Amino acid sequence: MEIKLKLNGRNITGYIEPGTLLIDFLREQGCHSVKRGCETANCGLCTVLMDGTPILSCSTLAARAAGHSVQTLEGLQEEASEFVGFIADQGADQCGFCNPGFVMNTIALLRENPDPTDEEIRAFLAGNLCRCSGYGGQLRGILAYLESRET
Amino acid sequence: MEERSYRVVGRTHRKVDAMQLLLGKSVYTQDITPDNALVVKLLRSPHANAIVKNIRTDIAKKVPDVVDIYTWEDVPRTRFAIAGQTYPEPSPYDRLIIDRHVRFAGDVVAIVAAETEKAADKALKLIKVDYEVLEPVLDFRTALDNPVLVHPEEDWYPPCDVGGDPKRNLVASGLDEHGDVDAVMESCDIVLERTYHTKAFNQAMMETFRTYTELDRYGRLHVISSTQIVFHCRRILSRALGIPKSRIRVEKPRIGGGFGAKQTAVCEVYPAFVTMKTGRAARLIYSREEAQIAGSPRHEMQIRVRLGADKNGKIRALDLYTLSNTGAYGEHGPTTVGLTGHKSIPLYTGSLEAHRFSYDVVYTNHQAAGAYRGYGATQGIFALETTVNELAETLGMDPTVLRDQNMVREGMVMHAYYGERADACALDRCMAHCRDMFRWEEKYPVRDMGDGKVRCAGVAMAMQGSCISAVDVGSATVKLSDDGTYNLIIGAADMGTGCDTILSQMVAECMDCPLEDVAVFGADTDVSPYDSGSYASSTTYVTGKAVEKACAHLKKQICTIAAGMLGCGVEEVVFESKQVRRVNTDQAVSLKDISYKAQLFNDTAVEVTATHTSPVSPPPYMVGMVEIELDKLTGQVTVLDYMAVVDCGIPVNPALARIQTEGGIVQGIGHSLMENVTYDHRGKPMESSFMQYKIPTRLDMGRLHVEFEQSYEPTGPFGAKSIGEIVINTPAPAIAHAIYRATGVWHRELPITPEQIALDK
Repeated sequence: MEIKLKLNGRNITGYIEPGTLLIDFLREQGCHSVKRGCETANCGLCTVLMDGTPILSCSTLAARAAGHSVQTLEGLQEEASEFVGFIADQGADQCGFCNPGFVMNTIALLRENPDPTDEEIRAFLAGNLCRCSGYGGQLRGILAYLESRET
Repeated sequence: MEERSYRVVGRTHRKVDAMQLLLGKSVYTQDITPDNALVVKLLRSPHANAIVKNIRTDIAKKVPDVVDIYTWEDVPRTRFAIAGQTYPEPSPYDRLIIDRHVRFAGDVVAIVAAETEKAADKALKLIKVDYEVLEPVLDFRTALDNPVLVHPEEDWYPPCDVGGDPKRNLVASGLDEHGDVDAVMESCDIVLERTYHTKAFNQAMMETFRTYTELDRYGRLHVISSTQIVFHCRRILSRALGIPKSRIRVEKPRIGGGFGAKQTAVCEVYPAFVTMKTGRAARLIYSREEAQIAGSPRHEMQIRVRLGADKNGKIRALDLYTLSNTGAYGEHGPTTVGLTGHKSIPLYTGSLEAHRFSYDVVYTNHQAAGAYRGYGATQGIFALETTVNELAETLGMDPTVLRDQNMVREGMVMHAYYGERADACALDRCMAHCRDMFRWEEKYPVRDMGDGKVRCAGVAMAMQGSCISAVDVGSATVKLSDDGTYNLIIGAADMGTGCDTILSQMVAECMDCPLEDVAVFGADTDVSPYDSGSYASSTTYVTGKAVEKACAHLKKQICTIAAGMLGCGVEEVVFESKQVRRVNTDQAVSLKDISYKAQLFNDTAVEVTATHTSPVSPPPYMVGMVEIELDKLTGQVTVLDYMAVVDCGIPVNPALARIQTEGGIVQGIGHSLMENVTYDHRGKPMESSFMQYKIPTRLDMGRLHVEFEQSYEPTGPFGAKSIGEIVINTPAPAIAHAIYRATGVWHRELPITPEQIALDK
């Protein structure tokens, strides 16, 4: 079937099988930042924005994206660059495989709540698993970014 | 203690690949390999122990886009091991690519190669297998001398004698002792004998196992894999496929986590076999379910500790017996078990008069275990540290004070650790520091918070090694580029840990240049100098020293060329970062000009490969303290604070060392409280997805606080030891201790779930 959608600001037409998952469609489009970490919607690695809202692309049919605007980290490099350096300063990127999903969800958090507390950050990002960092460094990185904005 | 100061080493720098990773660039195996490669999928046995009587693939092969299907009849008959270990491996050669005898629920029965994933999935369903189902061995306590043999085959082959006997389901056995344990035990005021049980925890790295293979432009097998061990992987493939190593090239791109899982060639042989058969590119990507049920998790162990002490808390004798479950295949079985004793008992060198450590490693029809961060030390330390905490509680002593009286200190000879001397040991300072930072005196007492909730604390110590002594080999190539910058080429594998960065820092330190002037590359068997790979906490300590050596030699080469340019003897010049100067003069040549000269009528290489190995494996040390809140009604444990102080020599990059520690602690919290591994009565693993196998989220880890106590290890680069593995060892005993404080019950089996706590009180 044919779908038309806006991907990272560009209107595209895709030809898909009806059962195609959004994650697979996006990777086929070259959006390699979108990662699969499980098949059960438990890890948050495949998080993308649909009409600005974070969704799990592993449990969304590509057909559902028809007529909508989808953004992956490929399309939000500038917005991400504002804060990811602070996470790098903590060394919290580690293996990096969970980073794109975590960064996408952080973008969604900061758009919705530009000045979150510790608890709000933890709660919003609770669905983004990371096995390397122990989460502390990711939190410190976001807090350092928030602090830098204030000064 | 006087701390040595360096310019680049010992300071925090961003990882050299940080921005690539944080901005989601294409850097992993699946991102950088072509999507039109053949899709490889594996048909797995539903039975824990069975013989494939008949297998029919004719119907499945007719599915459009299916290219071929392979069964046990198609593969070479040479047994091999997939453990990433130095040859001759202690792990037995007990695998075939596909064996007619399937030994766990998940063992491979057929390999499907198809143009599309859909076709491969369809073919998997159409393969008809007729199994002769055999009784499985599912309880490792009954495996030894069980009439059911996991490996009855005659061609089972152990490259090393590790005390195994497949006719007894025995992979390895051993004994190590010092002094007369029984006599000392006899004369002790108090003897505690306790038995512990730990599970086959899964590494659960975010990127599952995956491998791409193709024939390159020379017709050689080119393997791009998410692996910690490119060189071992090449050797394993060579044996398994029966092709010379010269016909194989293995490289790793960025790796999405390993934690030891990728120290085993879990999936490489399957796509490699397909490529050799079809001549076509092939790619295999494990699902999370496959990574959970057919990966390479921690060894399940039962550890019996006998501890003898006097009434003042002096620990005089220790006797450990470990029974380890290696599962269906023996990779890493004979070696992980050794660490349960060798990396726990020496913690009490300060007072110990005698020790004994013995073990058996057995086959069962479970998923095969492998290497996981901590590698046996984690299990041994849980058992021993919990027993020591029980001793303190029994004697009414503060467990930190009891440890002060017994712990290993700098300069002591550790009889339980191959007779090595603790040349760099700040364990005593770690304890004092952690006690202050944590406010132990305040938090140790049980505090009733009302509403059935109590708060209390627990403590544990840990150690690990810094390599496999007299085995591991690390190498580094450092070369001068023609703009005066450097290339560093390694065979060690950065799996997110940051070794590419810390080794580059060492080059920058040695060559007196900015970190940005060092371009690092790893790892590729065609390009990298030989390195055993990234495991056993060895990279900083062994490969780091190789980097130091290579730089020292390179400096000499640079000075030789410069001396020629300056028309003087090499002993008359001095290396000064961006130039080489003739002493006591202003005459100098720039590094840039030297590098151009190196390319013009020159026979002195500005490229050096150095190799290092070590006869010793200096242990890092650590103290961890946890404060929990426990709900007595529900058994829910909330980790409030986890504080740790680590002695890793010098932390080469303090931010990365801290993240390693925090990450290890959180994995340890997962093993202690929520990650479980259970099998149904037929031997099928229950926790086959993240839905059931619960790893900690950022709501589960409490507040982490990590600090360092430096020591100086004379044999390490810049005084460094290791950090990667030790950090996972303290949570289980510290949390079990805190739970005892809250409930009065010692839990000796992991994980300690709320149900367990609520039921056992």
